[in-house]
Amino acid sequence: MKLITTPHLDAPDDFYEALIDAHRELPAAESHALNARLVLLLANHIGAQDVLLEALHAARAGRRADTA
Amino acid sequence: MDYQSVVFPYRRHADQDAATPARHPVVVVGAGPVGLSLAIDLAQRGVPVVLLDNDDRLSSGSRAICFAKRTLEIFDRLGCGRRMVERGVSWQQGRVFFRDQQVYAFDLLPEAGHERPAFINLQQYVVEGLLVERAAALDAIDLRWKHQLVGIEPADDHAALTIETPEGPYRLVAGYVAACDGSRSALRRMLGLESQGRVFRDRFLIADVKMQIDHPAERWFWFDPPFHPGQSVLLHRQPDNVWRIDFQLGWDADPELEKQPERIIPRVKALLANSALKDVPFTLEWASVYTFACQRMARFRHGRVLFAGDAAHGVSPFGARGANSGVQDADNLGWKLALVVQGRGGDALLDSYAGEREAAADENIRASTRSTDFITPKSEISRVFRDAVLDLAREHAFARTLVNSGRLSVPATLDGSPLGTADAEAFDGSLRPGAVAADAPLRRADGAPTWLLRELNQRGAGFTLLVAEPAPELAPTVAMPVRQLRIAAHADAGADRFFDVDGLATRRYDLQPGTAYLIRPDQHVCARWRRPTAALVEAALQRALAIAPGARR
Repeated sequence: MKLITTPHLDAPDDFYEALIDAHRELPAAESHALNARLVLLLANHIGAQDVLLEALHAARAGRRADTA
Repeated sequence: MDYQSVVFPYRRHADQDAATPARHPVVVVGAGPVGLSLAIDLAQRGVPVVLLDNDDRLSSGSRAICFAKRTLEIFDRLGCGRRMVERGVSWQQGRVFFRDQQVYAFDLLPEAGHERPAFINLQQYVVEGLLVERAAALDAIDLRWKHQLVGIEPADDHAALTIETPEGPYRLVAGYVAACDGSRSALRRMLGLESQGRVFRDRFLIADVKMQIDHPAERWFWFDPPFHPGQSVLLHRQPDNVWRIDFQLGWDADPELEKQPERIIPRVKALLANSALKDVPFTLEWASVYTFACQRMARFRHGRVLFAGDAAHGVSPFGARGANSGVQDADNLGWKLALVVQGRGGDALLDSYAGEREAAADENIRASTRSTDFITPKSEISRVFRDAVLDLAREHAFARTLVNSGRLSVPATLDGSPLGTADAEAFDGSLRPGAVAADAPLRRADGAPTWLLRELNQRGAGFTLLVAEPAPELAPTVAMPVRQLRIAAHADAGADRFFDVDGLATRRYDLQPGTAYLIRPDQHVCARWRRPTAALVEAALQRALAIAPGARR
């Protein structure tokens, strides 16, 4: 497992607040687009394909049973 | 003593028969946790205090129940910490649930080497009762129940007060007034001042429930549970087999209706049925419906009037930052007001109270607002991220650091305080100027165990110089005497030396031989040096007293 899933954020609460703030007052379609741009930016920063695939699997596996 | 039912009788005071209004150096308004703490602190420093309360009872209901480590350390300094800890209960394990599943369980595993726990749960009326008993042992406190402040005329060097009693009004003159009269502060209103910020359109039901269970004291937090869909629920424990349950109700709930036992009991039954507790019998002790706002006054000092606690600032309940930050206000104000009243510190000390505690209030408001926004997402995308965090938290530890059901009150570091002296040398660790002194186990020269903060308390009300041995003696300070606490890395360093038995003082303060910390009367670090000199300590002391260089008080 190369994907880091242990705590790694410098300042988790600061990050979360900034993330929610970035979406402030955006309509749903623009929020989706922002999230898409954000994922692409972070993916490029990570670079390694095997790590990105692990992240995609983990995100897909995180779905709740009742929404699967 | 049943602190919930005790009544403190109104008593007539000689001031009510005075031909001209009596003058008192300090009048504290409001005998809640903040006003009582401040009055005790001032009295211990030799300042006579009149403490006014408009009622004759302690807190109605358990209200603030979570008292954090820093508050307990302050209560230690005020002479009643041990009784609080003996009465309170603690927990360190918790569970977080999302919908019908447990997301994760946690154990706070408190860091070793501190005398006091991370927090205790204790009913506010018990805390107030223990503070009242401590205050009663101090002759310098004149506590007047059923003496209600109804008028104030501020002036440059005093404030004239009008006080209403069951036997009619009387007048007093106060050198300084401390407004500790709560979130609906009458003093704030009388002075035409406001507390401004963000009001949350939400309501919460608190139910105190008594049940005999052998369940460990755990904190359970539910996001969107099946028994209370779309809202949050919190369960945690108080002394005497009482459990606090907080149900989020939403803004549209009718507060009068929701306070009725016939509405509350089914909610509690549904919770228990959905938990491991099943159909355990319970009785309802107390219930209340509340709303909250995150707000503060623009300035905590208005001439001779100083605002503290909920009168000055309000937070959401998540993180227990209300009463705890209020007691820290009192801790910050007590020594400064005493030095100013006694002519030993500069008036700017009171400005520094306001500046330091306004910044602390901002920090508490920020933390409690973040918790509130996580618990109650304010937009659709915010809810999407909140739910994503909870979904990932089942599997991945990183996501648990983002789950925010309250960040427990920790003391503010007073960065940028005008009373602090910036580091001129390199230090590791978190005890920069402005931080609260960290505790550590020590051993006295006679072999008896003790604690670093306990030793600071025993050095009296003033400043302390913590010095790492071996170190030369410095010439005594001029502006004010400073006591020393000399820490040694070895057991046999001599009389009046304290052995750092587990090496924790050395690690937490990054001590090297000769390192010295100047610690304020409220136990915040105000300066530190690798190679201290008498001149450096003197300059830092004068700065911390807000007096001109070379002045002697």
